[in-house]
Amino acid sequence: MTTCGKLAIALLAATALATTAADARSLKWARSGDALTLDPHAQNEGPTHALGHHIYEPLIHRDSQGKEVAALAVSWKVTDDANVWEFKLRPNVKFHNGNAFNADDVVFSLQRAMQPTSDMKGLLTSVDSITKVDDLTVQIKTKGPNPLLPNNLTDLFIMDKEWAEANNAQKPQDYKNKEENYSVRNANGTGPFQLVSREPDVKTVMKRNDSYWGIGTFPMEITELTYIPIKADATRLAALLSGEVDFVQDVPVQDIERLKAQQSLRVNIGPENRTIFFGMDVGSADLKTDNVDGKNPFADKRVRQAMNMALNRQAIQRVAMRGQSVPTGAMAAPFVHGWTKELDAIPAGDANTAKKLLADAGYPNGFNITLHCPNDRYVNDEAICQAAVGMWGQIGVKVNLVSQSKAIHFPLIQKNPPETEFYLLGWGVPTFDSEYTFSFLYHTRDAKYGSWNALRYSNAEVDKLIEALSSETDKAKRDAIIAKLWGLFRDETLYLPVHHQTLAYAMKTGFDIPVDVSNQPKLKYVSFKTN
Amino acid sequence: MIAHLIRSLLQGILVILAVGLIAFSMFRFVGDPIASLAGQEATDADRAELSERLGLNDPFPIQFARFLGHAAHGDFGISYRQARPVADLLTERLPATIELAVLSALFAFIVGVTLGVYAAINRRGLVANSVMVLSLIGVSLPTFLIGIGLIYMFAVELRWLPSFGRGDVVRIGWWTTGLLTETGRKSLVLPVLTLGFFQLTLIMRLVRAEMLETMRTDYVRFARARGIPERRIQFRHALRNTMVPVVTIVGLQLGSVIAFAIVTETVFQWPGLGALFVNAVQFVDIPVMAAYLMFVAFVFATVNFITDFIYVLIDPRLRM
Repeated sequence: MTTCGKLAIALLAATALATTAADARSLKWARSGDALTLDPHAQNEGPTHALGHHIYEPLIHRDSQGKEVAALAVSWKVTDDANVWEFKLRPNVKFHNGNAFNADDVVFSLQRAMQPTSDMKGLLTSVDSITKVDDLTVQIKTKGPNPLLPNNLTDLFIMDKEWAEANNAQKPQDYKNKEENYSVRNANGTGPFQLVSREPDVKTVMKRNDSYWGIGTFPMEITELTYIPIKADATRLAALLSGEVDFVQDVPVQDIERLKAQQSLRVNIGPENRTIFFGMDVGSADLKTDNVDGKNPFADKRVRQAMNMALNRQAIQRVAMRGQSVPTGAMAAPFVHGWTKELDAIPAGDANTAKKLLADAGYPNGFNITLHCPNDRYVNDEAICQAAVGMWGQIGVKVNLVSQSKAIHFPLIQKNPPETEFYLLGWGVPTFDSEYTFSFLYHTRDAKYGSWNALRYSNAEVDKLIEALSSETDKAKRDAIIAKLWGLFRDETLYLPVHHQTLAYAMKTGFDIPVDVSNQPKLKYVSFKTN
Repeated sequence: MIAHLIRSLLQGILVILAVGLIAFSMFRFVGDPIASLAGQEATDADRAELSERLGLNDPFPIQFARFLGHAAHGDFGISYRQARPVADLLTERLPATIELAVLSALFAFIVGVTLGVYAAINRRGLVANSVMVLSLIGVSLPTFLIGIGLIYMFAVELRWLPSFGRGDVVRIGWWTTGLLTETGRKSLVLPVLTLGFFQLTLIMRLVRAEMLETMRTDYVRFARARGIPERRIQFRHALRNTMVPVVTIVGLQLGSVIAFAIVTETVFQWPGLGALFVNAVQFVDIPVMAAYLMFVAFVFATVNFITDFIYVLIDPRLRM
């Protein structure tokens, strides 16, 4: 090739580069609350992970449909020893500061996540030890076989060991310490975006990581990403309408129609991996907030069935949710392993059948009971409760509604013994497997399990089956246990499912960001639409 | 006079301590921070351990004493929500609130006094009366409605001004200011109008009423009889006497503007102390709530003290 030809090619390449630079596109992303910290292991909380996924990466992550996708691990399998998982790591990956990524970082990060001050330790309780085999291979030994280990790793971010040690951030923040942990406002990950600046509660600016391993695999068209928390709903939407931000999460359902009417905006609606339901005290001998002496009406299955029948899910969807929900009879969303169409079917029956069941159970005139409800946690949570209270009133159950902030509501359920006898709760399943729901909501409350079981439900046989699930490696056997448990719980009518929550994302028409089932949109997947 | 000032200083300290004690006794009704601090997978044991580690199991007088002991050394603890020292958070947020509060107080004072005097002098004029009617709206409309109305008009429809935030700020030492950049100045307009509007109407109505009162007093009548020009009577004699109660109100209002800019800050996502407090309450971030409430008590005590001091300057009778 002549010098002239080489020069021409160089020029062409330069032009191509220039075009790319001219295409530099930024995205301003607003939602109601900020990430609490940049420390990857200090808070196990949705918005914190949602931001984290742009800077840090786990071994395995989930796409917007909840499907597991290889991230820092390229493959994983159980070894000949059923207690040991082996992960092959992605080669040639660099942290934002240029350090190479290898097995040491994985061992360090997972051990950091198991520290007492870590909020992620609950996902790794089955882990016995983590060892480096070679630079690109890591083995995780569990206490007994754990077929679900990969499911637990999707929010466990990998840090750079050298960076953490150099900045004295080997452990997540301890609130007893007087000093701020370096990792709270600084970050060094392998993710698609690199931190430029962070002002908590104001904005977090990130730029595209041009040496990201996934360039070519993912669209990666956003060059600058700004994350802006805007608390007030009206202001957040005003910022979108005025063009100051491009993408808004947490769109109130009552504003969806108005936004859809705007030519310049797009609203994407999709289901979230979260189910909203009512729980009742079925185990106590007597209830404190009812007007029945010496008996617990909820202990009678017929009463629970009557309450379940009286709950008109379609009406709640229409009245309280403005159509934005998926009414259900199941306690887990369709993304969760173990969900079936039969479980999802809405319970049959009407007010008359319900009244008859109540009369059979000895409550022809119903009874009084207090319902606890949060008013700032789920989409229109208080409105759901108000609608339900009216429906139960129709069969004679007079419900006294107490709506309060989540900071007061959740402790009622979490305290042991619980301080509520009838409550609303929403449940997301980060592992996408029924076992998670069983362990926390149905298992007898003890040191390891049942920390969200405020039913006072306890069944030794059920407990045994649930515990077996976490170590059963035979898929057919495991699925059979899951189906058996769901069938049993549905028959017992322990919880009263209302609906699966749906999410709405609003954005300028230049983007098309799909609703993420975990409500953690991953913007490396976003491409600009040309229109 | 010295005795008078010392008395109001001691009162101030007592008020701060009382506010702190009441605040601490109230925190448990706000909720349990463990609910926001521990993730969904936390077991009962994890929650109990965290509660113990944060010292939340101690009775509130002990928690309060511990807080005072640490606060005396300038240590307000670590924010549960942001995992950063509370003192850092407060100093970081203070400039935004002060800038907003002082500008809106100035705006309210200047415009309020001007309109008030105008309305008093031209008592029967059409303009004066329409201003009075409009001011009624200002007194009765809630702040968040005014804020949202302004956002929709100037940010969404006209697109002249930003709807949220502070814009670009310039850092001078530990202080940050939005006054030195164009986006910063633009960002200030709507929040200042929103926060100042209520004060403005209040000051205006007060000045008008006081001025009318003063214009009816004997010394004004004598001054008129002596042939002193009307303008001179109005501005030199009447206005000065009008200002005593106005300064009291403005002083006390400045305290409440700094302390309770909460609504305006929330509507405009203004990164000040008010917004910090609202987030802290929702998260049950006890260290931040405690420090903020003590700070508010401190501001009120200081403003009261200064107002007392200015009285002495304005009213010669107190100099005895």
